[in-house]
Amino acid sequence: MGRAKLPRKSTNIDMTAMCDVAFLLLSFFILTTKFKPSEAIAVTTPNSVAAKVAPDKDFVMITIDKDGKVFITMDEEQKKEAVCNALNTQLNLNMNVAAFKKAGFFGAPFGQMASFLAIPEEQRKGDKLPGIPVLDSTDNQMVTWMRAITDAYMGVKINLLVKGDNAAKYPSFKAVIDAFKKTDQLKFQMITNPESVPAGTELWKKTMAGEKREE
Amino acid sequence: MAEMDTSSSGGHKKGPGVKKGKKLSTRVDLTPMVDLGFLLITFFIFTTTMSQPTAMKLFLPKDAENPEDQNKAKESGVITLLLGKDNNVFYYEGQLAPDGSNFKSSSFKEIRTVLLEKKARTNEKDLVVVLKPSSESTYKNVVDILDEMTINVLKRYALVDISPVEEQLVKLSDAGGGAAASN
Repeated sequence: MGRAKLPRKSTNIDMTAMCDVAFLLLSFFILTTKFKPSEAIAVTTPNSVAAKVAPDKDFVMITIDKDGKVFITMDEEQKKEAVCNALNTQLNLNMNVAAFKKAGFFGAPFGQMASFLAIPEEQRKGDKLPGIPVLDSTDNQMVTWMRAITDAYMGVKINLLVKGDNAAKYPSFKAVIDAFKKTDQLKFQMITNPESVPAGTELWKKTMAGEKREE
Repeated sequence: MAEMDTSSSGGHKKGPGVKKGKKLSTRVDLTPMVDLGFLLITFFIFTTTMSQPTAMKLFLPKDAENPEDQNKAKESGVITLLLGKDNNVFYYEGQLAPDGSNFKSSSFKEIRTVLLEKKARTNEKDLVVVLKPSSESTYKNVVDILDEMTINVLKRYALVDISPVEEQLVKLSDAGGGAAASN
């Protein structure tokens, strides 16, 4: 009795199935990917347990960078035009409306706004710009900005967002809040990175019990 | 693993009038294609940002014109948190004693126990947390402490300007080595 002869198997594997899976995953990732727009102002946001996703349209965003410099971002061109016209007539700034509408963010004292808008968009980088002066309590220019913005949004709810850097000092943030208060914008949202609720805390117990969190 | 049929050896032995139809295999080697597929997948996995930024809501109180209109809080239910430099947190209950005897230092890790303990022994209606960030504290500190309010389900809290006396006290405690300097 000899041994049973093992048939020699081919080492070839059918790759078709694997290929299918690979491309299925590939198409999934291609479709779900949203490329981060390159940010002119570098900001690392703090973490919070807030679960609400930040609105991504119709917003007015105030960015505070790590040195406490303040910038404004608006996404609606119509409102931008209104703000620009209001500031031009009010302060005689001579700003180019078309350039103002195209600009991604604003961050310069009023006196330098015209030259700020003259810089090509791609060369406007947060770390080289002066930002909007807020710390001088007698001349908090944020208030003027907020007034112009509130007027432009007359009657429509503004999605006010504050995006601050971890290292930004409190006085800049306070100056921004003061400007909000002065223009009666008492609701705003702070952009944060999501974080899980620490286990064992009261909020955690509530969430576990299935209670809905009030935002 | 290569599977392309290249066996054309001896394919040119055509006899006169004999045409041999060569049977080519239809199998194609898919290995490079799979390689490419996974390479692209890795690329997209690394560039993709899954977590979307979230937003934390904050409602500001309207500044009251005259002091009588301001919200009153029972002294026994008030705890004031002061945010200092280097992630230091200080707190006192009720009014600040003139000699600063009830001024205690803490940290972001320990403050939760302090708050919970205060919450446990105070009537829920009276409990008010007053947050006073000093000019040396960072935006992260403010967000962290507001987050702490959410985590501990403290309904009444207010962001208040720090007084010069407290600012001084925080500065001194910060400089004094800060027993709670550990993050």
